[in-house]
Amino acid sequence: MNEEKGMSLIVKTVTRWLKGFIFLFGAYVVIFGHLSPGGGFPGGVVFAATFILITLAFGKEYVLRKIGKILASELDSLGAILFLLLATLGIYFTGIFFSNFIEKFHPTGNFKLFSAGIIPLCNISIGMKVGASLFMVFIILSVVRVVFEDGKGKLITTEKKDKK
Amino acid sequence: MIYYLCFVLFLIGLYGVCCKKNIVKIILGLWIMEYSVNLFLILLGYRKDGIPPILKPNTDISQFTQKAVDPLPQAMVLTSIVIGLGVLALMVTVAIRLYQRYGTFDITEMRKLKG
Amino acid sequence: MVNLPLFIIIPFGMAFFIPMVSRKIKWVPDVLGNITTFILLILSLMTLNLEYVYHIGGWKAPFGIVLVLDGLSCLLLIIINLISFMATLFSVEYLEKLYTSKLRYYSLFLLMVGGMNGTVLSGDLFNLFVFMEIASIASYALVAFGCQASELEASFKYLVMGNVGSLLVLYAIALLYGKTGSLNMADVAKILINIPYDNLIAFAFVLIISGFMIKSALVPFHAWLPDAHPSAPSPISAMLSGVVIKALGVYVVIRLIFNLFGFTPLISNVLIYMGVISMIFGVCLAVLQWDLKRLLAYHSISQMGYVFTGIGLGTPLGILGGLFHLFNHSLFKSLLFLNAGSIEYEIGTRDLNKMGLLYKKMPITSFATFISSMSISGIPPFNGFWSKFIIILAAIKAGRPIIAFWAVIGSILTLSSFSKVLKYSIYGKGEKFNEEKWEKIKEVGDLMIVPLIILSVLCIFSGLLLYGMTEGIFSPVINVLNGGVVEYINKVLGS
Repeated sequence: MNEEKGMSLIVKTVTRWLKGFIFLFGAYVVIFGHLSPGGGFPGGVVFAATFILITLAFGKEYVLRKIGKILASELDSLGAILFLLLATLGIYFTGIFFSNFIEKFHPTGNFKLFSAGIIPLCNISIGMKVGASLFMVFIILSVVRVVFEDGKGKLITTEKKDKK
Repeated sequence: MIYYLCFVLFLIGLYGVCCKKNIVKIILGLWIMEYSVNLFLILLGYRKDGIPPILKPNTDISQFTQKAVDPLPQAMVLTSIVIGLGVLALMVTVAIRLYQRYGTFDITEMRKLKG
Repeated sequence: MVNLPLFIIIPFGMAFFIPMVSRKIKWVPDVLGNITTFILLILSLMTLNLEYVYHIGGWKAPFGIVLVLDGLSCLLLIIINLISFMATLFSVEYLEKLYTSKLRYYSLFLLMVGGMNGTVLSGDLFNLFVFMEIASIASYALVAFGCQASELEASFKYLVMGNVGSLLVLYAIALLYGKTGSLNMADVAKILINIPYDNLIAFAFVLIISGFMIKSALVPFHAWLPDAHPSAPSPISAMLSGVVIKALGVYVVIRLIFNLFGFTPLISNVLIYMGVISMIFGVCLAVLQWDLKRLLAYHSISQMGYVFTGIGLGTPLGILGGLFHLFNHSLFKSLLFLNAGSIEYEIGTRDLNKMGLLYKKMPITSFATFISSMSISGIPPFNGFWSKFIIILAAIKAGRPIIAFWAVIGSILTLSSFSKVLKYSIYGKGEKFNEEKWEKIKEVGDLMIVPLIILSVLCIFSGLLLYGMTEGIFSPVINVLNGGVVEYINKVLGS
């Protein structure tokens, strides 16, 4: 780990302690979204907040090495496709788009994970999508600053721009 | 009364969009508008001393319909916040790119398109 | 029987599927994009003369979200998917030279198509807003696709205007929800005809209609269009001008006025006057332009004026003329933009002064330009003539000869501006005509030629669609609008 990048030692240590708990809280919000306030979007935002916290504390190179833009983009697409797939499976099982098909085959009691049919599954895919795409937005906005144009279509980096 | 205040907030945002020359201020103006609409939606569903709109087995239906808050505006607000987030991200990216090209945030100096 | 959600599932699914699979292999996005739009075209042709209501998730109408397919939606679906197939076919080669990152291009393109399909199918106000926003966000990003200074500037202008429009719409939807307690369009209409008309409804009406008129670029709200449409890549300009302003603007305005709020003489007058003003204003500014694509963009404003005038007349003949002109405009305007794209692809400029004598070097493109120019200016055998003729006839029959007079004036000015295009670019020479450059010009590749030919053929023969006016393709559409609010309520909610 590069010690010069990122914030001070205190912030890094606290981040190292907290990141797992924040991620866990995100997972909790996503998975219990159908029974309590929460759901895919807030949980996904908490997921993204974890990564943004790590980015702020350790610098973007660290995060990009660990996760990478391509993986985040794939997760982003995968979440959306899973959500669509769940909706489309409704057509396959019951003939109706977005129908809640799981409950029809597996009736369960209260407070089991699938007590709301496909809603928790939808929440999980939305959480994946939102977390990955918010993280992407943050990373892209922090990366885009590097590229400058010198008027002739050439791309120069920030350091060269500073020298001018 | 409070609904009128929402509209005033909307108009403040519109003023910011129309009369400011800085791109960042225009974006902020748009966001004041966005939040005023969101606030309006939330206020539509608000009910004093309301109870959460979750039907439990032993709830009295007539009392429930009188007291429960309206859940639909909250879902709508969540959706509109998500959409707003997307537009905001795109807008900020375009603003950063514009700053790279022109070296300024002033819209009066961006005059490549005329006619 | 076509499963209506397929129009939403296929483009959205492919939009997210393409970036997943095709990061390494270059030809995959092309193939997948074209296959997707082709399937959508076939599906949309299968919806002809069908009419039904789809309940998403099995929830019944006033509570759940419904998708409504009727004549008007069917017409718009066919337009959207036809033009998008042509545009994807064109962009295979076009993007190769001028732009990078086909992956993101097709992804955004399909998002836009899916959003528009959803907009025209939706029977729910908030759902309509969401789909409209999806399509708009994709189009904002596509306008800025090249990342040049002018493109970014145009995109920012479009973003600000479009977003103000969306917020007006959202505010109006919130007002309507507060008043009626429902979001289903038919249910809202049912409640609105049962309660007395008050200022709040009028306020919501003005907000929502002006919000959608920003999207359809009628004259007081037109400022973004002449910047945004020329700056985009040419297939996207064809989509924006040919489809987006119709699906997001005109369609929703028509649907809301005729099927939700009810058509009154006051609204009719407002639509007609706005239509006439934008008809004349757009064409006057277009005559002055020297940038080819900018000229075409101003003509879009003018032709939208014709559509609104025809529909604003409110008579069946006027509605027929307006909708037929909408259909024709999407054909010839997208053809013109694709032509401008292939000219730009070969010459590298959009300035009319620097072109010249293209008919010797690019015969097919020149011929397509000729056909579409004649169509748009209303010369008899082509489709533009028929629709303009019907609009003028309807205006005279409705006892408004002045409107007909202005429509004729607008048509003449259109002809003059297109004869300028033909003179400077194709059959004559511009002032800064460069002989050496001209020698190197050659006809564009086959894949770019095919959509031009298909659209030209459609331009010539779509006048025949009028045959059998009473039971032809347009009669279900006119029935939808003539039936007004009550019939729509009965259809969606079930009487």
